[in-house]
Amino acid sequence: MKIHEYQAKELFKKYNIPIPDGGVAFNPDEAKQVAENLGQFPVVVKAQIHAGGRGKGGGVKLAGSIDEAVGITEEIIGMNLVTHQTGPQGKRVSKVLVEQGLNIATELYLSMIPDRATAKIVIMASQAGGMDIEEVAASTPEKIIKVFIDPLMGIQPFHCRQVAFGLNLSSSVMRPFVSMLASLYRLFIDYDCSLVEINPLVITAEDAVIALDAKMDFDDNALYRHKDIIEYRDTDEEDPLEVEASKFHLNYIKLDGNIGNMVNGAGLAMATMDIIKLAGAEPANFLDVGGGASAEMVENGFRIMLGDKNVKGILINIFGGILRCDVLAEGVVHAAEKTGINVPVVIRMEGTNVEQGRKILAESGFSLITASDMKDAAEKVAQLVAG
Amino acid sequence: MSIFVDNNTRLLVQGITGKEGQFHTRQCAAYGTQVVAGVTPGKGGQKMDDIPVFNTVTEAVAQTGANCSMIFVPPAFAADAIMEAADAGVDIIVAITEGIPVMDMMKVKNCIEGANSRLIGPNCPGIITPGQCKIGIMPDAIHKPGGPVGVVSRSGTLTYEVVHQLTLQGIGQTTCLGIGGDPVNGTNFIDCLDAFENDPQTTGIVMVGEIGGTAEEEASEFIKQHVTKPVVGFIAGLTAPPGRRMGHAGAIISGGSGTAQAKIEAMKASGIHICENLGMFGELCSEVFL
Repeated sequence: MKIHEYQAKELFKKYNIPIPDGGVAFNPDEAKQVAENLGQFPVVVKAQIHAGGRGKGGGVKLAGSIDEAVGITEEIIGMNLVTHQTGPQGKRVSKVLVEQGLNIATELYLSMIPDRATAKIVIMASQAGGMDIEEVAASTPEKIIKVFIDPLMGIQPFHCRQVAFGLNLSSSVMRPFVSMLASLYRLFIDYDCSLVEINPLVITAEDAVIALDAKMDFDDNALYRHKDIIEYRDTDEEDPLEVEASKFHLNYIKLDGNIGNMVNGAGLAMATMDIIKLAGAEPANFLDVGGGASAEMVENGFRIMLGDKNVKGILINIFGGILRCDVLAEGVVHAAEKTGINVPVVIRMEGTNVEQGRKILAESGFSLITASDMKDAAEKVAQLVAG
Repeated sequence: MSIFVDNNTRLLVQGITGKEGQFHTRQCAAYGTQVVAGVTPGKGGQKMDDIPVFNTVTEAVAQTGANCSMIFVPPAFAADAIMEAADAGVDIIVAITEGIPVMDMMKVKNCIEGANSRLIGPNCPGIITPGQCKIGIMPDAIHKPGGPVGVVSRSGTLTYEVVHQLTLQGIGQTTCLGIGGDPVNGTNFIDCLDAFENDPQTTGIVMVGEIGGTAEEEASEFIKQHVTKPVVGFIAGLTAPPGRRMGHAGAIISGGSGTAQAKIEAMKASGIHICENLGMFGELCSEVFL
């Protein structure tokens, strides 16, 4: 789960990781208040959305006076911010972070992620701060320092020194940097983060180490033990159909195509999307109803797929294991009765109780099209949609 | 022959008294698996059907000689259950549980590194040696005993699809296992490829991967250098958008790495027969293996 920069900075503050003074504003009046409290200029006004590249998109601006800060806030709130991470449709901005401007001497890059191959936490740092780190990694990988930490050992002073010396830090900032890094690691572990990224981390002319930006992502599987993080969820940042699906514990991701598909199991769901494409059509979504789906979940999944106005046909692909085909068939029939299906539906079922399932579908009175295997199913639905 | 489990395997089930634990224990026993014990803390002394339940894994192993554990413990307690099994010296630990926090699994992985236990999963369907024993949640009827093909996969139902197509072609399986859809897991592709390469009855290998991480790339390199048997591969997620977690916690393209295309290219370069259309998987296997 992603959170906003201003929320991440609240967590940084809690862990004594230095951040610029400032505050969040949901309207120009609040921005004025924050700027007045800061009392010195310039201030920086930063759009708060869950995507990077905000500066280039015009979502981060400097203001030299209170009036200018208010003007910029009026401009940014309500704007549709397009960055390389938002896609061409952009994201609507509804809040800004107003912060003090700093006397920046050096910009650094710092991040932590769990490394899946080694099962260690990897700290990545670079002197190429402020830049797109993926570009740095691709063009000059030697400029990125990596330090791996065994979670059973935890972060030690030598780890911090490895990073600090790797960054060529001067002796005067060594101590604050090491203390900041150890705190950041504690925050990472305490909150089951899947990413903490500070880009840039700045050294000021006064030798202070300050997190100018803050990006955090959390392990969804661990949210049950972090109720305070769940409070940070901003559903305005998510697709409305995805928000609806999450209420029913359905794994749904909206895509741009016109063939809705519902599958049990993530791997088979991806493979179903792929075979739809291979048949010459485009998947409208990813929808995994899971191994132990109930008739109710199937029904909700169906309703959510039909909520996407681009959907012109539906493919249901179920390999019954724990999820029995008769349960699936019941869910589909209930959904058809409740929502009324106005697009062709192709169903491919295999596995546990497949005969009962087919019988329920055949006797339902709805014109549901059955397919013999995956290839047949994908070709049938692609043909129907192509007309 | 087979890999990791066979009809000598003595199974204990952690979380045997829960709804899922009970259901799948019965299914495994009905398939012929020797289920010798269950563990549910606080329910020691009870029985599930005729299977004795113990409070601790150590006790269960001492009393019954169990050498394999299947775990159905809820995510918040699953890491503890895996470590308990490893601490008790269980050879093979099969963790079915989905949704274990990554941080917990990183600790588990570092803990069991020096131990003699092999962890399969978590977030996996388990392992089956058709005709001998089933330790997991897969529908057993789709399998065909006797080999000659070994199947290893990161997925659940996608594995069933692949196995079903093999069986329809008359191609049996030695052992089929899922290594799980999480970013941090126990047994990896290379462990399984190595075991299949050394299993005389296995003459061909099926490897099913998906987007996220670099396990398929590493496996391809291993195959190029160490595997002499033919391998058929499939990768799910060619149409998956970057930056989104596709159901499995580990199935995510991040920072341009972990794409299906990159994996397919690495696999092709290692001489793996890539299946482009899953609908034709069985036919391709017929051509390669028969």
